[in-house]
Amino acid sequence: MARKTTTATKTLVTALAWGLGFLIFFPILWTILMSFHSEGDAIKSPFEMLLSPWSFESYAEVQTRSNYALHFFNSVVISVGSTLLALVIAVPAAWSMAFVPGKKTKDLLMWMLSTKMMPAVGVLIPMYLGFKNMGLLDSLTGLVAVMTLINLPIVVWMLYTYFKEIPGEILEAARMEGASLRSEILYVLTPMAVPGIASTMLLNVILAWNESFWTLQLTTHDAAPLTQFIASYSSPEGLFYAKLSAASTMAIAPILILGWFSQKQLVRGLTFGAVK
Amino acid sequence: MGKITLNAVRKSFGEVDVIPSIDLSIEDGEFVVFVGPSGCGKSTLLRLIAGLEDVTSGAIAIDGTDATELPPAKRGLAMVFQSYALYPHMSVRKNIAFPLKMAGMSAQQQEAKVQAAAKVLNLGAYLDRRPGQLSGGQRQRVAIGRAIVREPKAFLFDEPLSNLDAALRVSMRQEITELHQSLKTTMIYVTHDQVEAMTMADKIVVLNAGRIEQVGSPLTLYEKPANTFVAGFIGSPKMNLITGAAAQAEGAATIGIRPEHLDIVSDGGWEGTVGLSEHLGSDTFLKVATDAVGVVNVRAGGEVTLRHGDRVRLAPRQGKLHRFGADGRAL
Repeated sequence: MARKTTTATKTLVTALAWGLGFLIFFPILWTILMSFHSEGDAIKSPFEMLLSPWSFESYAEVQTRSNYALHFFNSVVISVGSTLLALVIAVPAAWSMAFVPGKKTKDLLMWMLSTKMMPAVGVLIPMYLGFKNMGLLDSLTGLVAVMTLINLPIVVWMLYTYFKEIPGEILEAARMEGASLRSEILYVLTPMAVPGIASTMLLNVILAWNESFWTLQLTTHDAAPLTQFIASYSSPEGLFYAKLSAASTMAIAPILILGWFSQKQLVRGLTFGAVK
Repeated sequence: MGKITLNAVRKSFGEVDVIPSIDLSIEDGEFVVFVGPSGCGKSTLLRLIAGLEDVTSGAIAIDGTDATELPPAKRGLAMVFQSYALYPHMSVRKNIAFPLKMAGMSAQQQEAKVQAAAKVLNLGAYLDRRPGQLSGGQRQRVAIGRAIVREPKAFLFDEPLSNLDAALRVSMRQEITELHQSLKTTMIYVTHDQVEAMTMADKIVVLNAGRIEQVGSPLTLYEKPANTFVAGFIGSPKMNLITGAAAQAEGAATIGIRPEHLDIVSDGGWEGTVGLSEHLGSDTFLKVATDAVGVVNVRAGGEVTLRHGDRVRLAPRQGKLHRFGADGRAL
């Protein structure tokens, strides 16, 4: 029997959901609103700020003070590069874990995930020194490598869950019908896993784009992505509210747009396997 | 050609011996059915023949050449899976053509073969559909089509009809039998359904706990079961197996009598009370609690009007009694 819902409870639940949604979105909204006002107006009371005239001066200021294009380019290279690299490693790894599991496969998966439970700051000193000695500080190569390694467990896990959903009999059928390992992966497995691979990619790009511990610690200028660009406007002295907001808005806009257009794919990816 | 020989084939998963040791010879063109209860190792045996599992020891020969170490693709066998295992992202045409594409056949040849298979299997109208848009029976046909186009040495079927409804199962069963008659290719068919085994097979292999209990034609198994397991497994309703004084009187540990070989008589025999009576029109199935031999199943004619609580006398038909020793083997 379907559960009974009255119009009143429906309205209440809908209102609550909208309220909660607004609450979550509010900081982003406020950042955007603040970015369109002058520094002086931004520190006024919220109500006064909203009534004060709108201006683009913060955006103009940010553009002249820093090189947005460079940071944007770095962010793209780091997030997309690390994602592609992680996929190249993770697809074969997940394939073998899903279809030819050994006795220790489960333990291996758990161990990989456990690395995500360690606070990053715990390995900051050895990582920093290692980077320094290898001359990788403030280099895209170094950051792509770090980002790849940080997100690899999640990528392997996601792909593993996807591959697990593909019935083994289909791959066996391909094997019976004369497909080599290469053809099996190329013509059967990959086309069936495309939605899974796509949403894994999307999620990983977003994670890498927003990562702000290692990007802040290991870069200064040349390889600095948008997180560093935002952080450069966070200062204990001087008036930087509006500029900080403008920088933040510019930094999150690309990923927000990407997320908006791919939300269907993302939701499907994150809930995949939950319901058969 | 499609002669398959198993020589002392053993398969164990870790500590567990799923198949202790099997010797079996399957002749070219034969329709062989592996039958047994679930978990008896029949699917594993099929997968060993297919090459999807590696044998632990022993040898498998196909047409006289050793195939034990050959990968599945090199064995020249085609398999139809229980779940059909169609490629969901390909059209029916591409599904059927897949093995041909893997064999490097030209597009024209592929199309000709697909058309021929589609004609045999009545799939012509569905070639551009995806498997998801087909009914269970049609999917089954596509899976068979994919097997046919390869012109394999033998077809392997792993419980292919178990996902279909009862009516469709009967018609697909007949289609597969007709296919065998026209292709005359060796077929190995795995099922737990003894009706499928009896109706389709040239030769039935009855398996239990990884061991072959008996190999023979359907009628041989029905008339001369080698042991109590085969006696109880083959035939529907099941054979009545009776122990105790009645068996000792026949000089056996167990006697068996099929429900259809128990006659209702006016005097003598075993007297009892009808517990359950099922009238199917053509037949009447009775469950009778006898005083001498316990509860027995009886298959009587449709005209029998006995009801719950009626008293009845039953006598085994002359020459239809099976006798088994203490080890379960037929005497």
